[in-house]
Amino acid sequence: MADTPKPDELLKIKHSPWQLGLEKGWMRTLPVEIKPGMHCYAGEAKNVAAVGMPNPRQWSASDEDWKLPENWKQIVLDGFEDRLKRFRSFRLFMDICVRCGACADKCHYFIGSGDPKNMPVLRAELLRSVYRKHFTTAGKILGPIAGARELTYDVLKEWWYYLYQCSECRRCSVFCPYGIDTAEITMMGRELTNLLGLNIDWIAGPVANCNRTGNHLGIMPHAFKEMMEFFVDELEEVTGVRVEPSFNRKGAEILFITPSGDVFADPGTYTAMGYMALFHELGIDITWSTYASEGGNFGLFTSNEIMKKLNAKMYAEAKRLGVKWILGGECGHMWRVINQYMGTMNLDLAQGSKLEEPVSPVTGYRFENAKSTKMVHIMEFTADLIRNGKLKLDPSRNDNLRVTFHDSCNPARGMGLLEEPRYVIKNVCNHFYEMPPNSIREQTFCCGGGSGLNAGEDMELRFRGGLPRANAVQYVHKKYGVNMLANVCAIDRAVLPALMQYWVPEVDVTGVHEMVGNALLMEGEKKRTVNYRGEPLPGMEDSDDV
Amino acid sequence: MNVILSLVISSGVVFTLLAISFVGVWGAHLQWLFGIVIPYVAVIIFFVGVVRRVVQWAKSPVPFRIPTTCAQQKSLPWIKYGYAEKLDNPVTTTGVVGRMILEVFCFRSLFRNTRMEFGTGESITYKPAKWLWLFAIIFHYAFLVIILRHLRFFTEPMPFFVPIIEKIDGFFQVFTPTIYQSGFIIGGALTFLLLRRLLDPKLRYISLVADYFPLFLILSIVTTGLLMRYVLKADVVAIKELTLGLVTLHPALPEGISVIFFMHLFLVSVLFAYFPYSKLMHMPGVFLSPTRNLSNNSRIVRHINPWNPTVKYHTYEAYEDDFRERMIEAGLPVDKEAASASE
Repeated sequence: MADTPKPDELLKIKHSPWQLGLEKGWMRTLPVEIKPGMHCYAGEAKNVAAVGMPNPRQWSASDEDWKLPENWKQIVLDGFEDRLKRFRSFRLFMDICVRCGACADKCHYFIGSGDPKNMPVLRAELLRSVYRKHFTTAGKILGPIAGARELTYDVLKEWWYYLYQCSECRRCSVFCPYGIDTAEITMMGRELTNLLGLNIDWIAGPVANCNRTGNHLGIMPHAFKEMMEFFVDELEEVTGVRVEPSFNRKGAEILFITPSGDVFADPGTYTAMGYMALFHELGIDITWSTYASEGGNFGLFTSNEIMKKLNAKMYAEAKRLGVKWILGGECGHMWRVINQYMGTMNLDLAQGSKLEEPVSPVTGYRFENAKSTKMVHIMEFTADLIRNGKLKLDPSRNDNLRVTFHDSCNPARGMGLLEEPRYVIKNVCNHFYEMPPNSIREQTFCCGGGSGLNAGEDMELRFRGGLPRANAVQYVHKKYGVNMLANVCAIDRAVLPALMQYWVPEVDVTGVHEMVGNALLMEGEKKRTVNYRGEPLPGMEDSDDV
Repeated sequence: MNVILSLVISSGVVFTLLAISFVGVWGAHLQWLFGIVIPYVAVIIFFVGVVRRVVQWAKSPVPFRIPTTCAQQKSLPWIKYGYAEKLDNPVTTTGVVGRMILEVFCFRSLFRNTRMEFGTGESITYKPAKWLWLFAIIFHYAFLVIILRHLRFFTEPMPFFVPIIEKIDGFFQVFTPTIYQSGFIIGGALTFLLLRRLLDPKLRYISLVADYFPLFLILSIVTTGLLMRYVLKADVVAIKELTLGLVTLHPALPEGISVIFFMHLFLVSVLFAYFPYSKLMHMPGVFLSPTRNLSNNSRIVRHINPWNPTVKYHTYEAYEDDFRERMIEAGLPVDKEAASASE
């Protein structure tokens, strides 16, 4: 694993050196230098093979030979043409960019690295140049004068390096006068790399696991249940209340699906405990599933077919269990998939099921905005509960926290879930501070590890990409003493702790439902002295129980 | 290709075009070619090319509903979903139309532009940066005014709005002939856009010949136009006879039209012919952009993908077969009991 530079080393970035563009043009800077720490490991053969993806083999990005099929170029060009015909977005975005540069300094990877090929426009130009050469007349005839270049082995490597340095966060798309979405281009590019077996293992592994065991981490059903039972014990210790989650229970009213990361690693686990406490307190008829035990969908980062394959389990399980609707936990890209893809891809599977327009069993509120897809975001669900006074909350239990909220890219720019989490946070804690306006809401910055880049071997990439986010957190930390970074995304909860440790070590990370759980007054609870993390509650520091 | 080479090529092409038309008309007296044949060919290329390209775009389906949501979604009734939200995160067609109007007429997304100031990296800021938006909008509207003013040459009688536009455009009637501001404003805006590309290293890095060429081309069109109007005083009556002849399909070549006019017309013809094969297609393209022209309602109404692939997923049955013993041991419900499953 590469040595990660120290923060002050890493900050030595020059974004616009004067010689940029005066030297030879960007097309002539090949071969790309594949830097350790800036990319993820290659997909393992077994993981690529597990879901029937092409060309499974052992390979490494640092090797000269990537062991491609002999006709790799034809495969890519055929795949390119096929996607131009299937996606208007792709075809249009290849044609209409005017290179105005509005997107140039909007990308967190560019801000954190200064690498000009991380400017969204240039990331797209890497593909556009090949598009011009092979699919436009001017490009065929004029070549580089028309901004066209041949697809070569070196170009392919350059594609790979930069396609896996984009987290598909869509921030650039907010600023583009034509709505060109680099995420869309990266997704197409990654589909093309996958035709050659050029996936990264941090995506291929979770995809293979999710397919077989139902979740990214490969937790088998019995282990999944055991982990949840551990949370039940923990919760009982903290609250004195024993919750009773059910699994794979037919006839339940609601199926709950959340990212498996929350069952597996801190601080997500505390969020999972928050969900369990909430469901128990409400007394609602809800079940978890071990088969559909993953909200996330790394198929989104692989290909639309794999995304559909993995997502299918949600409706299949809802139908099998006979639930009326699905409640979805805090997750980022999971909600991009649910909001923008799920109904389109898989609603057929819900035919003949008992799924209907979701109605909150507690408040009776009909979620008309989920009428077709039949899946409600837990932030919508909890916000509705609080608004209707259905939860007894003591926000002072979170008085040790000075909280800021990180909008996750996908719920922000692929959905518009902005106010619901803020409403909930303001009701469960007393000290809430917003980060600067150009770094939140629809302009929010990526955590640095989205779209399957949250591996351990690309820490430098993550710290660089996470710099804009961390910098905004540091601002509110210094100004308001913020010590807790709340979010509604399991990848955030996996990525941000390391990012904070690196840039702003005074700030910790939490899911919103962990704070809900801590503030929740439960029926029959004992005198609470500690929070879910076992830390003393405010005013209880001297209690004997701590 | 670096900036020097790009500049040499793009400006070289424009100079060559100017030289060709100059020599062709002044030296070889090919008025009929530059005044009649080339304009017709260029207009045909323009329309055929634009239609073909737009049809090509339209033929690719929109499999998924992927608007970039730039405001709060419509969800719970008490969460504010006002005009701003309806336009930046539309859930209805009306909202989408509003969003597109703002995008097309006001360059709404570009208006959001910010400028990152990195400093030492200790405190990165993102300041509002409206210059690009301002000059882009000035350029486009000045261009529009100029095109509308030129309708004077192609219609008889003129549409009612042409004199009105001329009146507004010539507001400062200091000189004779009337000075139209638009011609100078567009020159200024183009110069800004060009300097921006040359002086900002990031822009210099991403710019291609295809970015400089249209700038030089339009600048030359503007310059020849200004020269004709204010310096060389072209014969407007004769020119109108030619242009009216072109649009009424009765082309004629009146005497006494100066060379500068043919140079102007030739560059305009090149712009027309170049348009469908260039980035200038952003004009029709913006209307088709799926991140802007779709409403964020895919949880309310199912969006249909015409090629929705049939995909085999890992079924619950296969999953249970894989883990049945362990599931039973852990007390998880199973669909088939162990004994019957093993039969």
